[in-house]
Amino acid sequence: MLTKEEVQHIAKLARIELTEQEVGIFQKDLSEILSYFDTLKSAETSGIEPMTHSIPLQNVMREDLPQKQSLEVIQKLIEMAPETERGLVKVKEVFLQGKNK
Amino acid sequence: MNFEILSIKDITSGLIQKKFSAVELAQSFLDTIKNKEKDLNAFIEVTEELAFKEAKAIDEKIKKGESLPVLAGVPCAVKDAILVEGERCTAGSRILKNYIAPYDATVIKKIKNAGAIIVGKTNMDEFGMGGSTENSAFGPTKNPHDHERVAGGSSGGAAASVSAHESVVSLGEDTGGSIRLPASFCGVVGLKPTYGAVSRNGIIALASSLDQVGPFAKTVEDAEILFNVIKGKDPMDSTSVESKISNDKFLISKLRIGVPKEYFAKGLDPEVEKVIRDAIKKLEGAGAHIEEIELKNTKYALAAYYIINTSEASANLARFDGVRYGVQAKETADLLQTYIRSRGESLGPEVKRRIMLGTYALSAGYYDAYYIKAQKVRTLLKQDFDNAFKKVDIIAGPVSPFLPFKIGEKVDDPLSMYLVDIYTVPVNLAGLPGISIPVGKVGNLPVGLQLIAKPFREDLLFETGKLAEQYAR
Repeated sequence: MLTKEEVQHIAKLARIELTEQEVGIFQKDLSEILSYFDTLKSAETSGIEPMTHSIPLQNVMREDLPQKQSLEVIQKLIEMAPETERGLVKVKEVFLQGKNK
Repeated sequence: MNFEILSIKDITSGLIQKKFSAVELAQSFLDTIKNKEKDLNAFIEVTEELAFKEAKAIDEKIKKGESLPVLAGVPCAVKDAILVEGERCTAGSRILKNYIAPYDATVIKKIKNAGAIIVGKTNMDEFGMGGSTENSAFGPTKNPHDHERVAGGSSGGAAASVSAHESVVSLGEDTGGSIRLPASFCGVVGLKPTYGAVSRNGIIALASSLDQVGPFAKTVEDAEILFNVIKGKDPMDSTSVESKISNDKFLISKLRIGVPKEYFAKGLDPEVEKVIRDAIKKLEGAGAHIEEIELKNTKYALAAYYIINTSEASANLARFDGVRYGVQAKETADLLQTYIRSRGESLGPEVKRRIMLGTYALSAGYYDAYYIKAQKVRTLLKQDFDNAFKKVDIIAGPVSPFLPFKIGEKVDDPLSMYLVDIYTVPVNLAGLPGISIPVGKVGNLPVGLQLIAKPFREDLLFETGKLAEQYAR
């Protein structure tokens, strides 16, 4: 069984804020599902290559050139951001002044 | 005139013979939607304005005597994970409740060019995570055959809309059974194409190595027509490939059908089993050769699938952070708090559960034990299928181990909900095409037969499926 602290640590890595009640629920759910994942322990996989895709994909290369986009489209995309300023996406400050975060 | 029973070809000939106009047809389907939606909840958004605009354009073509494209006037519903320019696209999530799609997905461009009338965006489990559509932030979709039961998921709305005659065809998306399962539960045809056969550009991704877009329809023929419209290589999706067209003539007497014994093991409802065995027997009666086969790693498929699904999802869903996408939390101190609070407030429980599972499986110290192990098991599952297809052309079995269940029955027990995917996930892991064909009922509840073929042999699924649906009538 995962501890409450472990659940909170995973949530932090996953960038999700949980309520106290959620921590309790996920402690139970995640532990159950993770122990189900242990089914795989009995699968014999020595010498077996891991498979990332079902079709043999080669790298698909193209020139790394910016594609022209109309001003209208650019504006539309920028406007979809929650906060904008002078045609740029605005976000909260990353480091708080005077606070050791 | 009964518009409900029209096939794609009926619509084309009806329009040409001026039995009805595209606008009349669109009006009729939008009326049906209005009447049925308060009971069914198959749609998140009805796109009435867009539907009439497209229908008028078709009527204009007819007036000018122009030739009609293959989907001209065909009312089509679209899963809400697929972008339709100018329309809201939520993927069933509250975090995207205000998101308006800035462009058309490639599949939408294709169906628009083919003349389809988009009637609405259909309900789904949030970000495709679920097997019942109960994980939608906008409430569950009811099964048209029994309103107390689920429609299946995650593309539950897309399946229900076709089943309830709210659309003629629809587009869904299948990561681990999300097309075949609701097709089985709602009694319609649902195809999960070969991985790469259809472009994923403009689809809100769940697990990128598993996701594939595909059609729902009332008949195999309509599913085939829609598949032929949407398939093909797309420069915007580097994993897409051009399907090779088979010239083999289909003969049921030459068809070898494999029946995996692992798909009829403990856990399969005996009443479902009977319907499936009967359907296979009828194909045998028509001349097909039936053979029992072994897919011996099936017992590992579900665990491997959920490790890979949650791992890929945890990476794909990082973008829903209240800045790049999604509703932003108010009054946060700094950027990190904006991220964690926006996600904490607006993502549903199953989505949080899966992101955390994936994060855990990918984290240092656990990566080899979970993620790499699951990928190795994926290789074993693929080898099982490769070996089977040396002996048979098609694999047949159930889609779901049980009938559509009651709404609320499994919602508090995520692991028991995952079990509904047991026969569908191996197909996604191996990248194969699979189809669900309605072949019978238990009481009033439909049962779907799953047919699986080698990569890019959708043609075999269609031809065998047409026979199976004919015998079921």
